[in-house]
Amino acid sequence: MSHLERLEQESIFILREAYHAFDKMAMLWSLGKDSNVMIWLARKAFFGTIPFPVVHVDTGKKFKEMYGFRDRYADEWQLDLIVRDCPDVLAADRHLPPAAKSAARKTAGLRAALQEFQWDAVIAGIRRDEQGTRAKERFFSPRQKDGSWDVRHQPPEFWDHYHTEFPSGTHVRVHPLLSWHEIDIWRYVAQEHIPVVPLYFSRDGKRYRSLGDEDITEAVASEASTLEEIIAELEETRVPERAGRKMDHEREDSFERLRATGYL
Amino acid sequence: MAAADMVRVVMVGHVDHGKSTLLGRLFYETDSLPEGRYEAIQEMCRRRGMPFEWAFLTDSLQAERDQGVTIDTTQIAFKTKKRPYMLIDAPGHLEFLRNMITGAATSDAAFLLIDAKEGIQQQTRRHARLLAMLAVEQFFVVMNKMDLVNFDQKIYRQLKSEMEVILQELGMTARGFIPLSAREGDGVAEASKRMSWYQGKNLLAALDDFTPPRSKDKLPLRLMVQDIYKFDERRIIAGRVEQGTVRVGDEVLFLPSGLQGRVHRLEQWSSRKTEPLQQVRAGGCFGMTLRQQIFVERGHIGCHKKESPAMTHELTARLFWLGKEPLRQGACYDAVFGTARHQVEVLDIYDYDEAGHKASSAVPQLPTHAIADVGLRSTGYVVYDQGARFIVRNGYEIAGGGLVLDGVSLPQEHGEKKHIFVAHTRVKDDDRHKRNGHKGGVFWLTGLSGSGKSTIATELERQLFVKGYQVFMLDGDNLRHGLNEDLDFSAASRRENIRRAGAVAALMEQAGMVVLAAFISPYRDDRITARRAAQSFHEIYIKASLDTCEARDPKGLYQKARAGDITDFTGISAPYEAPQNPECIVDSDQWTVEQSVGELMAYIEKNLDSVRRS
Repeated sequence: MSHLERLEQESIFILREAYHAFDKMAMLWSLGKDSNVMIWLARKAFFGTIPFPVVHVDTGKKFKEMYGFRDRYADEWQLDLIVRDCPDVLAADRHLPPAAKSAARKTAGLRAALQEFQWDAVIAGIRRDEQGTRAKERFFSPRQKDGSWDVRHQPPEFWDHYHTEFPSGTHVRVHPLLSWHEIDIWRYVAQEHIPVVPLYFSRDGKRYRSLGDEDITEAVASEASTLEEIIAELEETRVPERAGRKMDHEREDSFERLRATGYL
Repeated sequence: MAAADMVRVVMVGHVDHGKSTLLGRLFYETDSLPEGRYEAIQEMCRRRGMPFEWAFLTDSLQAERDQGVTIDTTQIAFKTKKRPYMLIDAPGHLEFLRNMITGAATSDAAFLLIDAKEGIQQQTRRHARLLAMLAVEQFFVVMNKMDLVNFDQKIYRQLKSEMEVILQELGMTARGFIPLSAREGDGVAEASKRMSWYQGKNLLAALDDFTPPRSKDKLPLRLMVQDIYKFDERRIIAGRVEQGTVRVGDEVLFLPSGLQGRVHRLEQWSSRKTEPLQQVRAGGCFGMTLRQQIFVERGHIGCHKKESPAMTHELTARLFWLGKEPLRQGACYDAVFGTARHQVEVLDIYDYDEAGHKASSAVPQLPTHAIADVGLRSTGYVVYDQGARFIVRNGYEIAGGGLVLDGVSLPQEHGEKKHIFVAHTRVKDDDRHKRNGHKGGVFWLTGLSGSGKSTIATELERQLFVKGYQVFMLDGDNLRHGLNEDLDFSAASRRENIRRAGAVAALMEQAGMVVLAAFISPYRDDRITARRAAQSFHEIYIKASLDTCEARDPKGLYQKARAGDITDFTGISAPYEAPQNPECIVDSDQWTVEQSVGELMAYIEKNLDSVRRS
């Protein structure tokens, strides 16, 4: 079994375990490459049907190409799509620097959606290799109802015996892509012909490696304009994936603070 | 480019012996740090007024950096010319042992670190023992901080021989002992000039010495059932091939039910036209439809009949315990074997001392962070292979994990097995429920002669028993042979027969049992009497037309009734008052026995408030 196949099968196993464990569950769709892969994996896990809603928590500040992508594929993939706006929270956490504050809006939007739908669990496409605190994550990560993460007291996860039963009032984040790396995602996109937003491909010497809100995401210098070129670029590069995401870099612990309060 | 197989390597050892530091240094020495990372770490250290700290590469939590201790496990990808690696940093602090095991449990190989100056410490021993237990067989011992002992060969030799004794007692063999200094970089990616007396591998070379896990495709087939999906007309059994290979056309035996079915199709979803899937190999998730409709559910294990796993109620296991409360002899826990969950009672506990010697007599309890061999008794059948992994849950807490050693209890030590549930006061219903793992209940199957009551009840009884339920089937035959031998077949006696059956069923229910009562019981009033006697009564109508029953006529009774040899025969010469509002209807005309049993099984389990089931 190839490395990519192993990752794929691990994710499918986790998605099925989650579907069995939680009555009320939804999948978060950020419209980015990772969550597209996640939707693809769910279609494989459940033989073409996605038996739970797919949620886009919309900051309203995404690139216009992303909205076009959303509308097209929500239809084509027959997603039970729920779109919720983010409230205009200015004073999310006064300790947060400006870009992080914008990310906090997304957290507030997610929290409001959780309130509204009372999901026991949401599936999110984060990966260990994106950021240090995400490297500390579990596949099944319990949160308080408000989304907060107690990183010091995570439950153990032995082998693939996932912890899926919690006292009522616990909300669980499920992370089926935790073991994937950026390059695995692209290899899989290429292998499976999964559509992605065109912003990932180089135009005028620049491309986006990671897509966030338009005002706090920067394109990076790159000539990679095809899937093959992106994969070749990633085999060589040493620039971290989220280098273009301002919110990560404002302060040493920006990201950890965001995550502790419920950011993905 | 096809990537070589990845090897997962965990760093273990006592707190502050330099695991995270070594990881950081390895990245630096091999020029593998992401761009800007070195500068970022430099800045973090400058702000704290401390010298450069390699550990900050993986210690990504603020609390970890502020306290200089790894709290949670981290995974970080690393690449050599030979192959990719997942390097797993595990905390060495006793308090975070659960995180260490989380990181180590999935590893193929390990580096066990020892601080050359501090020597072998408590967690060195414990982590070594855990590696043995978790079957991480490939490992090197790393003597770190050689700079603090002047790169002295004598100290290296002494530590090496001490460690060899410990490992030998654990039945382990290290691939080598590597002296190095993570802080100074000696012996990490190149031979150290300051330790020219050492001719063995440096850390980087040692890494490439590990081998990826072997393929399990050729082992005996084990399918782990996760779920049954009915999204469309297909009834798909979904799960994962734990080992072996499953192919279309295979006859699969499911345990513990003992039912067999042939693989009709291996289902898949693909966006493009693809060939039908012919096989799924070890590690692959599958979805299969069977040619026959048999009852399969989450937790079942599929196999080929010739190479089936063992089943047992009692087993011995090696366990690591992390519970907030001690593990207690006589207490009940949930043991989760993949997707199968069993309620187990702890029969006995034999712990291990610091040096790794097993206790000669059983102990009443096991404290957190300890390792022991335990005897367990399960209410349901545990399907297992030697070495099967499971976790132990105490309520919502994941309190431990273990490996099955054997399916029979430790023989010599079971002489004085104590009865665990000594009731000093009156036994309460609740206590019975707790011990049985379920409530009692009366499931009353009514229907014409030949409708299939006994056939269905017999199979249900067997399956419920296999799953660990306290279950008993009552029918006309077993009552008439004893309790009701004074009764004839007059109308009054038949009534009395049903009354007594209802009363016995109710008593057995009170005793905590699941009662399957299979009686024609043609009169509504009689069934109402039976209902009143019980606490939880479920009328199940086995519905079959007279034509069907007469065509089946298993005992030749219809023929006799038609011939007039039997008088007052229900359906022919006596009425059958069909239930007006039964709890459950089984369409015996249309359904196979398997289907009927499957539906009833689901109904019964739903109504028993079973502790075992989620």
